[in-house]
Amino acid sequence: MKTGIVVFPGTNRERDMAQAFRVVSGKTPQMLWHQQDNVDGLDLVVLPGGFSFGDYLRSGAMAAHSPIMKAVRRFAEKGGYVLGVCNGFQILTEAQMLPGALLRNAGMRFLSQDCHLKVEGRDSIFTSGWNHGDVFRAPMAHGDGNYTAAPDVLDRLEGEGRVAFRYCTAEGHVKDGDEHVNMNGSARSIAGVLSENRRVCGLMPHPENLTEEILGGTDGLPLFTGIMEALG
Amino acid sequence: MTAAPVDIELARSFGLKDDEYETVLCIMGRTPSLTELGIFSVMWSEHCSYKSSRLHLKTLPIKAPWVIHGPGENAGVIDIGDGLAAVFKMESHNHPSFIEPYQGAATGVGGILRDVFTMGARPIANLNALRFGDPSHKDTKRVVDGVVRGIGGYGNCMGVPTVGGEVNFHSSYNCNPLVNAMTVGLARQDRIFLSAAAGVGNPVVYVGSKTGRDGIHGATMSSAEFDSESSSKRPTVQVGDPFTEKLLLEACLELMATDAVISIQDMGAAGLTSSAVEMASKGGVGIDLDLDHVPQREANMQAYEMMLSESQERMLMVLRPDRTEEARRIFEKWELDFAIVGRLTDSGRITVRHNGKVEADIPLGPLADEAPVYDRPTMEYERPPALVPPADPCGIEKGLLQLLSSANGASRAWIWNQYDSGVGGQTVQRPGGADAAIVRVEGTDRGLAMTTDCTPRYGQADPYVGGAQAVLEVWRNLTATGARPLAMTDNLNFASPENPRIMTQFVEAVKGIGDAGRALDFPVVSGNVSLYNETRGDDGSVTAIQPAPVIGGVGVLDDVQKAVGLAMPQDGELLLVGETWGELGQSMWLKEILGREEGAPPAVDFAAERRNGDFVREQIQKGAIQACHDVSDGGLIVALAEMAMAGNTGCTLDIAPDDLPEHIYWFAEDQARYVLATRQADAVLDAAKAAGVPVRRLGQAGGEVLKLGDVMAVPVQQLRSQHASFFPRFMGKEDDAPVVHLDELS
Repeated sequence: MKTGIVVFPGTNRERDMAQAFRVVSGKTPQMLWHQQDNVDGLDLVVLPGGFSFGDYLRSGAMAAHSPIMKAVRRFAEKGGYVLGVCNGFQILTEAQMLPGALLRNAGMRFLSQDCHLKVEGRDSIFTSGWNHGDVFRAPMAHGDGNYTAAPDVLDRLEGEGRVAFRYCTAEGHVKDGDEHVNMNGSARSIAGVLSENRRVCGLMPHPENLTEEILGGTDGLPLFTGIMEALG
Repeated sequence: MTAAPVDIELARSFGLKDDEYETVLCIMGRTPSLTELGIFSVMWSEHCSYKSSRLHLKTLPIKAPWVIHGPGENAGVIDIGDGLAAVFKMESHNHPSFIEPYQGAATGVGGILRDVFTMGARPIANLNALRFGDPSHKDTKRVVDGVVRGIGGYGNCMGVPTVGGEVNFHSSYNCNPLVNAMTVGLARQDRIFLSAAAGVGNPVVYVGSKTGRDGIHGATMSSAEFDSESSSKRPTVQVGDPFTEKLLLEACLELMATDAVISIQDMGAAGLTSSAVEMASKGGVGIDLDLDHVPQREANMQAYEMMLSESQERMLMVLRPDRTEEARRIFEKWELDFAIVGRLTDSGRITVRHNGKVEADIPLGPLADEAPVYDRPTMEYERPPALVPPADPCGIEKGLLQLLSSANGASRAWIWNQYDSGVGGQTVQRPGGADAAIVRVEGTDRGLAMTTDCTPRYGQADPYVGGAQAVLEVWRNLTATGARPLAMTDNLNFASPENPRIMTQFVEAVKGIGDAGRALDFPVVSGNVSLYNETRGDDGSVTAIQPAPVIGGVGVLDDVQKAVGLAMPQDGELLLVGETWGELGQSMWLKEILGREEGAPPAVDFAAERRNGDFVREQIQKGAIQACHDVSDGGLIVALAEMAMAGNTGCTLDIAPDDLPEHIYWFAEDQARYVLATRQADAVLDAAKAAGVPVRRLGQAGGEVLKLGDVMAVPVQQLRSQHASFFPRFMGKEDDAPVVHLDELS
């Protein structure tokens, strides 16, 4: 499996992401500079977290128009796998490779704490490391994580099994209106979504930061083992 | 700017004393130009020259076999093994943080980050120490909100985890909060970069952001007290851009991987002036600057403005001439300005040209050597009498709950939940998990432990104890994780040194820090002094801050797997290391329960600290300890409650020994104490006996209730909800919160 991690000016979780892939595969992904105009030969492109271009216009808005994103779009259209985490998720929605948008957190403050996620997506390498309905813990670190989309889009995502992850309690209860559970106020507690072909996935929390016991746990590992098993 | 005549009046308005201006006239042999006067005034400001503190700072212990660079560089550098070095320093941004809390705190973080990456280190952790006014004061909520957002806004965007810190409230900080920021970085020992310029003819290169008119005379503002006019100084507060700093970090580290850089210095306080002067002075060379080449954000800037601007995210470097183009390409890749703005000379002078005219021409030797140094008068410090132990008005349970829900005892989770503590993927102990934060050293088995501490109320009563105790608490907090404490950085926050009582506080605190550091082989490798932290009211009365000699410490764990946290385990026995004599003077209990700030602070005993700490560390390294927590604010019962809350597990405690009343035993703040949770209590007790360390049994871990004989039984859940209640209640619903800065979230 060949993985590339895109680095925009202001990206800051590329090393975390590379480390997580190293933990499961023993291989270090290559870094892709944002001005590159092709991503040929890769199996998976990852857009990691950070503050691309300072997030100065809207989170992810400028990065979505950078040269590499044209290549990433072509790559996805040909069936390539793309994972966007946090700022990466924001970039994928800004690039309209995933539906919806990420608004400012409902509480208007940056959120850096653990949340629990329920695995709901089906038929995707990004959820295949878990069983459907599993609950896992993941750290959040974002200011703009409040997922929103038109009601019919949300219905469709749910109907097609394209809600990859939802915020929930440690026991797996989804509570849209509870600020201690759905902390950023996301529509229908959606934390991550899949594209129509299920090969593009975006999520706000950071499974890559929970992949070793010494770093607080291995709850995030199945994301990477699932990808590894599928792509070899 | 209209050209004001340069005279003694103007010199005074620039913050120079009359005799200092006389010295300037002597050095120059003529009336200085406006730019020259500006350069002298900032270089000789308290902030840049340390003129009141220098004599005393010289007494601090700064050496140890593991110290690579001590004070005098941008940050301290210590050997942590494997050919690696930890690079760290703490610095204050107090005055700007009252005027404009968000930008004041943000640029404080930006400044200390630059100090560390200037040396070639990648920042791996941020910490801070914050002091705010009384929660009931009208400004406190505004300042807390802005400072917390500012620290988070900058650090989160930089991708440097904010892993630790401390926060206290006291009315003496009502109009003069303290914002001290610390950064720890990691470098290869053979790739450390210093600021001394070398090589006559070599190019002087400016990189980073463009220069604007922001922050002019910021260093002078930081060297004066506050008054009701201070908010009109808002234009002297700099504006931070963490995105540009992130680019600057990556570009600098990329350049430093080549052999292009001869020396490098960030532009912090006093901007281009201090960076150019320091680089040239340290290297014993002269420097010619041509301001026409300085990247500028605003039109028609004068030489004076460019030399004194404190625009953020800028660096000055001396490069090998044959590597200049390679360097230019790196900075262009990161879309940063890169300009050759001068050359090194053999003139021994700083010469500044603008529009073809010489605007400043100053001999560097006298600018540094004849900088004022003051041996300010001190006095006999009046210490409060010892406390007559008061009776307990409310019982242990009520007292404990009150402490846990007070501003100074409450959970800080509301704050640290706004700081990204995990970015970088090496954070082993996040805030609240252990006495010190622990960050793994990437690619090794090692970990660094780090913490900041200070107890200003102790220092107010007895400045010597205040200084020493801050060091001891830092050393203890590092030890309590199992780490070997290596070195410290100090951030000395005091009021006006021109007041003998305050100067005495300073001198005594430095003595205390020095004695403690010597006793523990714990040298000071970097630091910062912030004076004039006081407020003049409209009626002329002066409110001085409680002195805050804040200490930041770094320790190393050779095997990070052996680190312990403070969370109460499900089973095991609880032991107390150290003696309890019943020190209630200046305790948190006395202040929060009885509203009294009285008595002598707890005595410090360096020998006991070292003996007890070395024992605790050894037991942790042996694997005999499941959890460890030092005893500090609020005493033993608060320490146990904190362990219980962190582990979401209760414990059953025996009542106090016969010789002390319950409330004195449980709330006293005697030093050199630790609580251990262990499944090998007998072995630990035997080892303690052999080592001559006082250790006694406290009780058993387990259950869901914190139970103390038949005196108290409180469910841990209740402790947690009380503990978590203060900040959300104080900071209110978000609807009432001040305006959100648009660039901080994301």
